[in-house]
Amino acid sequence: MNFDFSDEQKQMRDEARKFLSEQCPPKAVRTVLDGKAAYDRDLWRGLAEMGFLGVAIPEQFGGAGAGHLELCVIAEEMGRALAPVPFSSTVYLAAEALMLAGSDAQKQKWLPKIAAGEAIGTLALFEGKGNPSPKAIKLTAAGAALNGTKKPVPDGAIADFAVVAARTGSTGRDADISLFLVDLKGSGVEVKELTNLDPTRGQAELTFTNAKAEPLGATGEGWGIITQVLDRAAVLLAFEQVGGADRALEMGRDYALDRIAFGRPIGSFQAVKHILADMYVSATLARSNCYYGAWALSTNAAELPEAAAAARISATQAFQHCAKNNIQVHGGMGFTWEFDCHMYYRRANATALGLGSVSYWEDALIDRMRKKNAAA
Amino acid sequence: MNFDDTPQEAAFRAEARAWIAANAPKQYEEELRKSSLGRVQLKNANILEVAKAWQKKKADAGWACLHWPKEYGGRGASPIERVIWQQEEGPFGRLSAMFIIGHGMCGPTMMAFAREEHKRHYLPPLASGEKIWCQLFSEPAGGSDVAGLRTRAERKGDEWIINGQKIWTSGAHYSDYGILLTRTDPTVPKHKGLTMFFLDMKSPGVEVRPIKQASGQSDFNEVYFTDVRIPDHQRLGEVNDGWNVSLTTLMNERMSIGAGVSTGFPELFEFCNSLMLEDGPAIEDRSVRSRLANYAVKASGLKYTSMRAISALSKGERPGPENSIGKLVAGSMIQEVAMYALDLQGAAGVLSGTDAELAGKFQAMLLRAPGTRVEGGTDEIMRNIIAERVLGLPGDIRVDKDVPFNQIPTKGRA
Repeated sequence: MNFDFSDEQKQMRDEARKFLSEQCPPKAVRTVLDGKAAYDRDLWRGLAEMGFLGVAIPEQFGGAGAGHLELCVIAEEMGRALAPVPFSSTVYLAAEALMLAGSDAQKQKWLPKIAAGEAIGTLALFEGKGNPSPKAIKLTAAGAALNGTKKPVPDGAIADFAVVAARTGSTGRDADISLFLVDLKGSGVEVKELTNLDPTRGQAELTFTNAKAEPLGATGEGWGIITQVLDRAAVLLAFEQVGGADRALEMGRDYALDRIAFGRPIGSFQAVKHILADMYVSATLARSNCYYGAWALSTNAAELPEAAAAARISATQAFQHCAKNNIQVHGGMGFTWEFDCHMYYRRANATALGLGSVSYWEDALIDRMRKKNAAA
Repeated sequence: MNFDDTPQEAAFRAEARAWIAANAPKQYEEELRKSSLGRVQLKNANILEVAKAWQKKKADAGWACLHWPKEYGGRGASPIERVIWQQEEGPFGRLSAMFIIGHGMCGPTMMAFAREEHKRHYLPPLASGEKIWCQLFSEPAGGSDVAGLRTRAERKGDEWIINGQKIWTSGAHYSDYGILLTRTDPTVPKHKGLTMFFLDMKSPGVEVRPIKQASGQSDFNEVYFTDVRIPDHQRLGEVNDGWNVSLTTLMNERMSIGAGVSTGFPELFEFCNSLMLEDGPAIEDRSVRSRLANYAVKASGLKYTSMRAISALSKGERPGPENSIGKLVAGSMIQEVAMYALDLQGAAGVLSGTDAELAGKFQAMLLRAPGTRVEGGTDEIMRNIIAERVLGLPGDIRVDKDVPFNQIPTKGRA
């Protein structure tokens, strides 16, 4: 048994960490946070040059063809650094959907551009409040024309194309849903940027009025593909969350070592130590659940749906827990705009919602465990 | 990343599996499998006899104390082989409960500090289960602060005279030997005046009294020492260096990973799968699912944390204090799980024993749970260990560190 990343994968993690510490310091994240740029273009180009954007994309489509374990270690570093680029939408959602369901021509058109940093993609799934559900999809597809509104769409304001979930039937079943690829620079697409908790990763509203679209995958198979894409993205995003949780823990630890109050480092008080110990516990449990998710993702195991839900819940909880208590350990300074703590707090709470909230994944996890139990 | 054995590990697993299939006491398998919540009991047999017979059989065939050197009754196996053995032994491993302290703590301490002739004499029957050992550290005045213990050892020629009291000694009532931490110099700071011994529990002046726990059961004992004589050659380590000797013992406690900790989750999940509530099956209720999911990810998180530790072991790395999270997480989780299982039973949850659902399994879990959060290091001590040894935070400011032991206050309010 080797329930760990290989030495080569760890080396890739070190490379990514070094690259991001140089190219994506907190100052760079703040440029996007403060609204001076929609995303960090230089960093995006650099990530493409390092081969990180296409690490899991097959070589025939312009990627490195390494695999998903490699993508997991990079995702962790992206989360640590709070990279203000459309990585999760383009790589976890759009590229995964294309690799799962795209025709050769569709893959050939978009995947090399993703790997080269020349195209930003996203998944347009939600239509307002609520969690992923075929019932919530009202946007219609008549032939190759889409009509309706999607929001929130991650990185929708800067995306070049979107995978759009549309209603193509009215039987009340999952088979009513189909997926379409839409070039967002084409006609009939109106883009409106929305304000959101974490400005370092944008959210938008996309309105389609007879927008030209091409089917992605067979008609009626959209919901099945979305479920698979969400599971895969859940594992990858969980690695970002674990990276963020670890960094928040380190920030809290470092501050507790440096800050003196009542004549001693605050980290020598048990009340503070125990907060940090509990942060370590939740980050460790999350990391272990994520490793299992990574194994299931990389081997396409039958356990993936269950493993993905567990990783998603555990990593979401850990990042939220570490980010909020990092502020608590920092005290008043942690509540200033100047300190970086709030950037992790924002990212933690934004990533908790993007792929469906924790309560959605809790329900999914037990449903999946129950099915496995019944089958056994 | 994979869950596969190496060819060498696979061969070891096959050999272990075949031997267990041919030799394990299968008539008790079902009962052992069901007794997952700590207390192992057999209806129609004496558990101590069955456990000793199984351990002896293993020892005779070279399957006892796998990680110990062969000359002391072990197999000289690698840490990963030990883990594979535990996986293969499965429910029969529960028969080892009464040997855990001897094999996990007393044995390694003897190996590190006893004279060679003592090691050759005492360790093989400890490995084979013919002799059972206990650990006599905790005292009424020294629990988390074990260095605050007061049991005196005074030298008289070639012997030491022991007077005092130990508490929370697991298995003292059936133990043959014990390792004993005593105070030999009360005029120096507390960590510097301790000395470790081993002794025959049948020595004159040793009195064992069972403790009736809050749960109503008796798993632990008080042990009283009245003028008990221990020969100096049974001293472990130097005089007044007992604290360092005890650190070896406690370090080995943390090394024994892989056995897995009970969280109560599999039992709760099974219960919810069959339970009918007023509005239908419990498992279909959103609030039940939410609670279950939260417990599920803790249980799986612990499971895969332990697998990561095993992987580190198999690469020759030593597992560190980060393994303290197992007991910390599982201890409070099992208590919450029990409370929730009772909540789901509604008013009938108040019943216990055979009058209750599932013969009172969750009620018994509830009553035993407070102990799991205290024994082997309280939740708070575990958090200190994580904070200090994993995260590198400063130790507590200790007001008694440099004070002679006999000048430390013994009462809170004057």
